[in-house]
Amino acid sequence: MSTMTVFLKGDEECVVSRLQEAACSLDGVAGEVVLDLSTIRRIDSVGLRALEDLIRAADEKALKITLRGVSVDVYKVLKLLRLTQRFSFLS
Amino acid sequence: MATTEEIKERIEIPLIAETLTTERIAYLEGLVGQAKTAAAVFTQFTQEDVDRIVKAMALAGLEHAQHLARLAVEETKLGVMEDKVIKNMVACEFVYNYVKDKRTVGVIRELTDRNLSEIAEPIGVLFSLTPITNPTSTVLFKCLVAVKTRNAVVFSPHPKAWHCCAEAVKVMYETAVKHGGPEGVFTCVESPNLADNAYLMKHKDVGLIDATGGPGVVKAAYSSGKPALGVGPGNTPVYLEKTADLSSAVVDIIVSKTFDNGTICASEQTVVIDDEIYDAALKKFAELGAHICNEKETRILERGVIDPQTGFMQPMAVGQKATDIARFIGLSVKPNTKLLIAPIQGVGSDHPLSVEKLFPVLAVYRAKSVTDALKVCIDVNHAGGLGHTAVVFSRNDEVIRKFGEVINAGRIIVNSPGSIGALGAVYNDLVPTFSFGCGTGGGNSTTDNVNIHHYLNIKRQARRTQNHMWFRVPNQIYFNMNAVENLRQFQSSCTIVVTNASLERIGHVDIVRRNICPKTHVHVMVIPDAEPENKVISQSVETLNFYKPDQIIALGGGSVIDAAKIMKLKYVSPEADLEYLAAPFLDLRKRVVEYPTEKANHARLIAIPTTSGTGSEVTPFAVLIDKEHGRKVTLADYSLTPDVAIVDPQFVMSMPRGLTADTGIDCLTHALEAGVSNYASPYTDSSAVQAIRLVFTYLPIAYTHPHDEEARCMMHNAACIAAMAFSNASVGVNHALAHAFGARFGVAHGRANALMLPHVMAYNAAVPTKFMPSPYSQGYVAHKKYATVSDLLALGGHTTEEKVKNLIAATEQLLDQLDFPRSIAELGISKDEFERIVPELAKTAFDDPSWRSNPRMPLMSELVELFWKAYEGRNAAEVSSPKRQTV
Repeated sequence: MSTMTVFLKGDEECVVSRLQEAACSLDGVAGEVVLDLSTIRRIDSVGLRALEDLIRAADEKALKITLRGVSVDVYKVLKLLRLTQRFSFLS
Repeated sequence: MATTEEIKERIEIPLIAETLTTERIAYLEGLVGQAKTAAAVFTQFTQEDVDRIVKAMALAGLEHAQHLARLAVEETKLGVMEDKVIKNMVACEFVYNYVKDKRTVGVIRELTDRNLSEIAEPIGVLFSLTPITNPTSTVLFKCLVAVKTRNAVVFSPHPKAWHCCAEAVKVMYETAVKHGGPEGVFTCVESPNLADNAYLMKHKDVGLIDATGGPGVVKAAYSSGKPALGVGPGNTPVYLEKTADLSSAVVDIIVSKTFDNGTICASEQTVVIDDEIYDAALKKFAELGAHICNEKETRILERGVIDPQTGFMQPMAVGQKATDIARFIGLSVKPNTKLLIAPIQGVGSDHPLSVEKLFPVLAVYRAKSVTDALKVCIDVNHAGGLGHTAVVFSRNDEVIRKFGEVINAGRIIVNSPGSIGALGAVYNDLVPTFSFGCGTGGGNSTTDNVNIHHYLNIKRQARRTQNHMWFRVPNQIYFNMNAVENLRQFQSSCTIVVTNASLERIGHVDIVRRNICPKTHVHVMVIPDAEPENKVISQSVETLNFYKPDQIIALGGGSVIDAAKIMKLKYVSPEADLEYLAAPFLDLRKRVVEYPTEKANHARLIAIPTTSGTGSEVTPFAVLIDKEHGRKVTLADYSLTPDVAIVDPQFVMSMPRGLTADTGIDCLTHALEAGVSNYASPYTDSSAVQAIRLVFTYLPIAYTHPHDEEARCMMHNAACIAAMAFSNASVGVNHALAHAFGARFGVAHGRANALMLPHVMAYNAAVPTKFMPSPYSQGYVAHKKYATVSDLLALGGHTTEEKVKNLIAATEQLLDQLDFPRSIAELGISKDEFERIVPELAKTAFDDPSWRSNPRMPLMSELVELFWKAYEGRNAAEVSSPKRQTV
């Protein structure tokens, strides 16, 4: 089983494109997708949509998504949108 | 001008709820979903982010003010375009000016003196209904306030004002997003209807409904089960009082009532004018363009603008010009008429024009007096205007004040136009708004002008406060052998010595008399050697009033000193009601009753104890026996504390052995309980520890060698020092148990304390079943404090548990040395009798205030258990040991 780790860095547009790329690259992955959000301080609506697209794509392939280094502010956004149950979290 | 039917249709929201289709539900869910995401994203925004967006939105609103006003008038056919421009500008500029420097993100207020911080939490998604009368201005206002508070809004404009509102939402939304605002922050329901509104009002993701509109909308919002701000109709009374500046008042009323053709619900409805200025006022109104209706015209006006069936205004008149209304109903007026004024003789259904009229028609009433005027204003206020707005024009502050008191309105506007005045920030310093809270009178939750604070959850972060504590003792304490000689320094013209017969008989009173300042008239008052009763106090106070002493010397044990304290209280403050002053309390500084401060007489109280236990010479307590009701009354106040204490061991050298033991253990109990009390402080700890050390060292000697001066002296000091500790830290559950048991079985206080003491120590040292809430202490430390005492007494032990055990064992050993009965059973009380009485004892102990400062909150079952342990006696340390746990 292989794990794909995606480091999300840069501005909000970069984050979206990295998420979109990740959603398209799940074919070779058999275990889990780890998204490293350590440098992400804020997520916007577009980023959230990309994240939800990735969740859907991962669900189709029965992949688990783990978020690593999620800031408190971003965690609160995910909580308000009831998305936290869709992920595992690593500190 | 539109026809009645056309305008009626425009004003009223369709009343028939439609069933929502699946597609419609999906559409509405989409709107809420967008708003929900926007609100979540918004939580990450800083104050600077928000302020930047708000400023850009305010500028955009100002830029589009005229365009939006024109759209509103074209679509609704209500109001005046020029006035709507002003309203739009006020909604942007004045609201921006109010909110711009206000913090709405993170900590918004620090109350450093109270250790409180207020932190803003956005609500999330708001569902907002906006009215036809003020459509675009309300939208602009709500958008600014929502962004300032990081909320997203789903708008449902009045269907007949939808296009202009949607345009206003679009302007605000595009500006917000352009400047970094979250996508979906504002959405607008297309073709909204009642079913949509009902669905959205109950949507789980909607946090707050902000309904501005008619009574139906407001009622629906409040009935939805969601938190709601509902702002509905008014009926503004105006009192034009005879001292008012008439010229200014008339202009203000015309400005306000004609503004946007009277569509603002805060506008004037009935002007009550004092008789003295009534004619002059109407003349001025007429001069400035008002048409004053005669009786016949008034009838025509009533029929034309008020629906005779409902008693409410005709929708066709709302927001129309005075001349158009006149033409429509067949009144002949001048072409430049601004306002139609109709005299009325009262308020209610017989006077149709006394209701709300959102058009330039004003009722006027001639008042015969201020009382008459205020009554009519109250009537108008209660005829549909409760909680909303009222106006008074007067130069008489008393009239203005009275008007404010009797009228129930969230906004009481003084000497300025009602409608614009109520909007705030133009004529006064009210918070600018387009939503008037009408309080409970209007079925609303607030009387405020709605603004940012109503769009926030304000969280209060309360840091633990360091409560002020105290250490209060008499100003002067003289101690050691012959300390009584210090009496000489106290000048007095008349001194009363309060004592009992036995002390007089053994010569103690003579010793005192010899040491009183020469030339002092001295009178000796002998009272019974028992806890003071009401009757004794009354008689004694009569004696004091006869002699008018400036000094009272209490020579005796606790009872005599307590009696003297109460006598002094009644002598100095004759109005003191002892029963009232004995009311229960939890915290001395916060109690409800206040001790009298006015003094009819002045007298110094000097206490000379003749036992070494109660410490009454330095305490603020006094116990009184209320024989009539068969109870003890405890008075507690630092004003009861004697002014001077003389702790002279010569007065205790002849104390019997039994009394020495009883009072000595009372002293030890005071110190041990004060030491572990929740009110303990470093000040009381030092006293408590020293007293404990003195008792363990000298009580056995004083008991076995009563003439040992050093032992007597040290025990006398110990009693006083322990009392200083418990005067300020209080006692605990041991005293509660001893009071209940001692009173029931007639056992001396010290002896009763001794029976309970080892068991209570073990109980307090164990992990509490229930912790006692106490702002004065940090953590549970009773066991550690016992261990510290154990160390000071060099009792050995390595762990806290061992040290506690050793202290309890040492206490038990001391009790044995003093020949105390070590169980209640030893007193000859049968198990059956005790079993019968224990529940009552536990109840009495629970009612005793002594345990309120105990480190462990006693459960009723624990009090029963403690009584049984005392009944069986001995081995408290052994029994307690298995229950010790690490805290």
